[in-house]
Amino acid sequence: MDRPPNPQNTGVSTGTTILAVKFNGGVIIGSDSRASIGGSYVSNKMINKLIQVHDKIFCCIAGSLADAQAVTKMAKFQLSFHSIQMEAPPLVKAAASVLKELCYNNREELQAGFITAGWDRKRGPQVYTVSMGGMLISQPFTIGGSGSTFIYGYADAKFKPDMSREECLQFTTNALTLAIGRDNVSGGVVHMVVITEDGVEHVVVPGDKLPKFHDE
Amino acid sequence: MTTGGFSLGQPTPSVKATTIIAIAFEGGVVIGSDSRVSAGASVVNRVMNKLSPLHDKIYCALSGSAADAQTMAEIVNYQLDVHSIEVGEDPLVRSAATLVKNISYKYKEELSAHLIVAGWDRRAGGQVYVTLDGLLARQPFAIGGSGSSYIYGFVDAEYRQGMTKKDCQEFVVNALALAMNRDGSSGGVAYFVTIDKDGTDEKCILGNKLPTFFDE
Repeated sequence: MDRPPNPQNTGVSTGTTILAVKFNGGVIIGSDSRASIGGSYVSNKMINKLIQVHDKIFCCIAGSLADAQAVTKMAKFQLSFHSIQMEAPPLVKAAASVLKELCYNNREELQAGFITAGWDRKRGPQVYTVSMGGMLISQPFTIGGSGSTFIYGYADAKFKPDMSREECLQFTTNALTLAIGRDNVSGGVVHMVVITEDGVEHVVVPGDKLPKFHDE
Repeated sequence: MTTGGFSLGQPTPSVKATTIIAIAFEGGVVIGSDSRVSAGASVVNRVMNKLSPLHDKIYCALSGSAADAQTMAEIVNYQLDVHSIEVGEDPLVRSAATLVKNISYKYKEELSAHLIVAGWDRRAGGQVYVTLDGLLARQPFAIGGSGSSYIYGFVDAEYRQGMTKKDCQEFVVNALALAMNRDGSSGGVAYFVTIDKDGTDEKCILGNKLPTFFDE
């Protein structure tokens, strides 16, 4: 098998695999749980990369952890202030826009991209990607982080619009497991958050309960 | 008088930007590739067949520097002809792979090409060998080239033991289509060759006839 892409050449990306997928009635946002330094030392085996920026809006980060923490902290504050002014929960697009403004205006200094997913009353379940330079787009599903290169093919082949909650959980778990299997800087457990009109549910699949594929 | 600051060297044609795949089934192998040869940003050949015959029932798939890969294939083709005359029968796939490995290893520093060798022989049936960097390893299936990064997840999920010839052909075509969609450096048409005891069957699938996925 050929060597995987050299992380130095693909820019600074956190050793991670993150994704968000829309299904019929909600979204699932998921990630692995490994934090590593330079790919040779695992500094944290159980880090939670899914950050709640509001009741039904979560985001996860690709890029520098420090930048990501600073940006999400600002975004959380701005969003809670915004929802008090509006007297209503913020739209998912508003959350994504807040992140986008911060990323774009500080694009020279920052090295972080975000996936935002959530549910609001106006448009239901949504997934947004804010890239490192500050581009904002809405997609049915999106993958990110260093481990995501290995699952582009799988995600393209297996994603179907309007899946059920169970199918979507299976798709997300499989995708993260496959990426963890090939990317040495992704690992640990699979964290997933299922967001629907009824609320938010955190699902954790420990390493030994992950699906096994042909060579295991 | 000072000389100019830039060199006039052209980037050399390479098939590093490529996707190659080979899979063995009971009684044979299927080996496939895309058809793009690029030199820097320019596509110099959009219909190149990267599947090169080493003998009647042994093929190899080329990736890396186009010149190095083609030369290695030609040399091994010649060496195999001599060998099969000396032993008086068709060569083993392992012999072909060993010849490729010998060249890869001896000229490791000078050459930059990876060949996947696959074929059928009477003794061990269908076999796939990888010869990256001068190692020799037999695998149930193998992928290579830049486009292969995107389909690791897909092939890990989809491969199962005991696949039939038709399953393997579908597997190869789907994998190539997914990689060609995502890798800017793979594209064109998909070639695949099915080798079993009855012979060698070469097929080409045009770009617009490749399988499509949810976003097309």
